[in-house]
Amino acid sequence: MRNGLDRRSFLKLAGLGGAVLVTGVGRSASAAEETFFFVQLSDTHWGFQGPVVNPDPRGTLPKAIAAVNALPLEPDFVIFTGDLTHTTDDPGERRKRLTEFREQARALKNPNVRYMAGEHDASLDRGEAWKEFFGKTYYTFDHKGVHFVCLDNVSDPAARIGDEQLDWLRDDLARQDKDARIVVFTHRPLFDLMPQWDWATRDGARAIELLMPFRHVTVFYGHIHQEHHHATAHIEHHSAQSLIFPLPAPGSQPTREPIRWDAAQPYRGLGYREVAAKNPPPAYAITEFPVRRA
Amino acid sequence: MLIERRRLFGMFGAAALAACGIAGAQPKERLIRITARKFAFLPGEITLKKGAPVILEFVTADVVMGFNAPDFKLRADILPGETARLRFTPDKVGTFTFLCDIFCGDGHEGMSGTMKVVA
Repeated sequence: MRNGLDRRSFLKLAGLGGAVLVTGVGRSASAAEETFFFVQLSDTHWGFQGPVVNPDPRGTLPKAIAAVNALPLEPDFVIFTGDLTHTTDDPGERRKRLTEFREQARALKNPNVRYMAGEHDASLDRGEAWKEFFGKTYYTFDHKGVHFVCLDNVSDPAARIGDEQLDWLRDDLARQDKDARIVVFTHRPLFDLMPQWDWATRDGARAIELLMPFRHVTVFYGHIHQEHHHATAHIEHHSAQSLIFPLPAPGSQPTREPIRWDAAQPYRGLGYREVAAKNPPPAYAITEFPVRRA
Repeated sequence: MLIERRRLFGMFGAAALAACGIAGAQPKERLIRITARKFAFLPGEITLKKGAPVILEFVTADVVMGFNAPDFKLRADILPGETARLRFTPDKVGTFTFLCDIFCGDGHEGMSGTMKVVA
């Protein structure tokens, strides 16, 4: 069962949480054709303090981890898409928060955990502390026929991927078939979602341009603390919920002030997602789960 | 140093206008000085007139900052010890956000301001 989902199990799983989004072409593919799934956790902001928006900042991540551990089916891997910690000007405090975050993440039963940096982790020291804990800030891996690319658009405080990394991406993509199934993870959106709120990557269009010739590309990211779905031509972009506080919908209010905690609906807007890779590519079933389920 | 910079800038501005051959026909640019500091722009609200050219002049009181007004595709790095300048003419009326787009610490995400353009 670890290597796949049968239809009954998947629907049971989906029934426990939020809405299921099936995306990409091949939407009519049966659930029996799903090949594997992974879990995306994002924007945990360990070290954040702000009772108005989350009076349980040290309890939310453990709840999410407990929920992932309790999944009826074990994901093939778990990935954190950045802002593991909340920013601090103090390098010592930054490392303390990264240490505590890593201790929390070790509670995941799944041994296959991938990490990415967010601007809160990496922008003040260009990723120096983050790399001491988690290694390279951009990398690739392959899993069951899918080529995963983790891009770093946060170590540069100006939110650039940069020439060096874009050259690396170009070289990596040159080794892929145009029909390859490619998943890109980033922290910030690669497209201009809401530049007025810093929801963009200054040279993200260059990465999209490199990816455009490939027919099966999907991007999963964080940063904006809410579920959001967008397409640049045939490339779909899906942002994840946060595990610390939700942010307003793009442009829905004058500023991006976090949404206040609602005691009547604690943890509202916080959650994690599962992504089931389905065949034929590039179909993915995205299921959003609230933290409350823990 | 500041005086020299201003003089140089004035010379540059005059030269640019003269080069266009329309020095006498152009409305005078209004100079607006903005200081960036953790974690605010001072002033945080500026009012401009549509069609009236302005020069935005920036300094930072502490670390590297960025000024970005996406609705006008205006941006500049603001480096310690240097003065950054942007000249433009607002071409639309409304209220627009500008922000710091270089991550500068806890509080960066609230570092924004408002540009009001009136008719």
